[in-house]
Amino acid sequence: MNKGIVRLIDIDKGTLVKISSFEGGPRYVTRLNQFGLYPGDLARVVRHAPFGGPVLLEVRGMEIALGKSIAARILVEVTACASR
Amino acid sequence: MRFALIGQPNCGKSTLFNQVAGYKAETGNFSGTTVTFTESKVRLNGKVIQLVDLPGTFTLRGTNKAETEVMRFINSHEVDAIINVVDATHLTQSLELTLELLVVKRPLVIAMNMMDEASRLGLNIDGQALMSKLGVPVLPLVASRGHGVKALFLKTMESAQSAVSGRDPSLVNQDALQRHMLAGELAETIVSQGVRRVSWRDQLDNILLHPVLGFLSLVVILFIFFQIVYGLGKLIEAPLLAVFNALSRQTANLFGASSFWGELTVGIVQGVSGGIAIVLPYLIPFLFGLGVLEDIGYLPRIAFLMDGLMHRIGLHGKAIVPFILGYGCNVPAVMSTRILEERKDRIIASTLAVLVPCAARLSVVFGLVAFYLGPLWALGIYLFNMFVIALTGRVLTRLLPEDTPGLILEMPTYRIPTLKNVVNKTWFRVREFIVEAWPLLIIGSAVLAGLTYFKFSPAIDWMVRPVTWSLGLPTETGVPLIFGVLRKELSLLMLRQALGVNDFSSALAPSQMLTFTVFVVFYIPCLATLSALRRELGWRSMLAVSALTVVIAMAAGLFVRGLGYIVGL
Repeated sequence: MNKGIVRLIDIDKGTLVKISSFEGGPRYVTRLNQFGLYPGDLARVVRHAPFGGPVLLEVRGMEIALGKSIAARILVEVTACASR
Repeated sequence: MRFALIGQPNCGKSTLFNQVAGYKAETGNFSGTTVTFTESKVRLNGKVIQLVDLPGTFTLRGTNKAETEVMRFINSHEVDAIINVVDATHLTQSLELTLELLVVKRPLVIAMNMMDEASRLGLNIDGQALMSKLGVPVLPLVASRGHGVKALFLKTMESAQSAVSGRDPSLVNQDALQRHMLAGELAETIVSQGVRRVSWRDQLDNILLHPVLGFLSLVVILFIFFQIVYGLGKLIEAPLLAVFNALSRQTANLFGASSFWGELTVGIVQGVSGGIAIVLPYLIPFLFGLGVLEDIGYLPRIAFLMDGLMHRIGLHGKAIVPFILGYGCNVPAVMSTRILEERKDRIIASTLAVLVPCAARLSVVFGLVAFYLGPLWALGIYLFNMFVIALTGRVLTRLLPEDTPGLILEMPTYRIPTLKNVVNKTWFRVREFIVEAWPLLIIGSAVLAGLTYFKFSPAIDWMVRPVTWSLGLPTETGVPLIFGVLRKELSLLMLRQALGVNDFSSALAPSQMLTFTVFVVFYIPCLATLSALRRELGWRSMLAVSALTVVIAMAAGLFVRGLGYIVGL
């Protein structure tokens, strides 16, 4: 079930996504890579923080908090809806 | 013989280092605590080994300072063997660095750390398979408990003494993306997912990171934290001060109370006791408590919760830590800004953190405002303070417009802190205060004592007169304000002497009490904090922050004076 490309910030909690690309300069992309985030990775949105806070993303068993401005620049593909 | 410890941030590398070396490196459950590298001697079967703890690094590509340092070190110094600490629960990510290390032609041993955590997650790890794939020894490790440490070092010694075998070229010649894919494939072949035990972590997170329950828990946890820390502090402080007061009276008698040497020794004793009065009751309990919260893994969770709110004052979630600490003592607060990556963030966070009323300023707020005007006024001062901090944050963010990349933070699993780690960390931070700030405090105390002896008090009062005049305060408040730079609670103690009264209400009008207290809350941080600022940000920023606090204190003081005038206090 492909719902097209959306921004990570707009994804509901519990949704499985596939990271498709990063918007932004090389320094920013490198930083995401350092935390083990690459296009093609499968991830799960664990939760959102209150007051427009970060998104908590689970990638391969590791949880990473991504600030609002960063999550808005990560484009993802929704693969399926699941709440593990 | 020299071994280098290398690993990604938060993999338990510093924990391992502390297990064998003790008292040398800081560890934290917060990415990137080790900024510079530390070296220590370790004894192993009668041989002495130099063990180097390198800064945590995700890759060796040299995209930041820490990575460049690590690269330079591995390539320039004599390193006999490299111990690569990997986090068994995050193998895909950890193995990327391992693949990069294979390129360096040095004996390499992999320490598979956090095996206990992995088995809790239901991960079965085939170390044997990894060993044969990579062609280097792989040993299991639980660094926090010291399991597998000895075997690891014996194996490393063995590897260091034997020749480096050739490495599989298909593993070595890779670019970043290929390495990432390869690490993923490797991890997939050696890790099999067993039954994930119903993770209490998820359940705990459901409460602690909940939009409503999370904040409630935060308030409760911080309340308990401050209760314990303050309680402990008060318990220690009173007898301590009694001892030092007796001591300074005795030394004064020894030389004659009003002789030059008498005044000077009293000044020195006050400087020494001032240091102890900060370190023992406040710094140690606070840093110990922070160490516990840090090692449990709660600090990143506070950062996660607060990120949205912190953005409104121009900072991101991680900067909440200096604020929390600030209410105890500004010194650890300023030191903790180190966890922020961007200099701009560090400047803003330190500036705002020194505006947070610490325990010493609390004594002024309570002794003057709460005592004479009532606790509601004290609460009002606290709320006014928060408002000013938020406003300052917004203004500073406007003035320093530089794009901060925002929060990227690994949410670690909860871990049970070990006493050894927390004690080491506390000592490491306290030592900084003792070496840096304490001598300054003693010298400053002695200089002020000298000034008092030579009857400089009227001169000081006169110098500060422009400030006291515009705030509508008596001339005599000048000296207490200057002494307050040494230690904030001195402002109140000296005020009694300066005004020559025991009951402040006979010398100060309510509006003057408020203005004085508000000014004390905001103006120049104490000497110990200044020295922490200098260490973290440098001289220029320290002076700039001090100047700014005076401006803010003046503005806030004038505002309160004006308000008092309008209300008719």
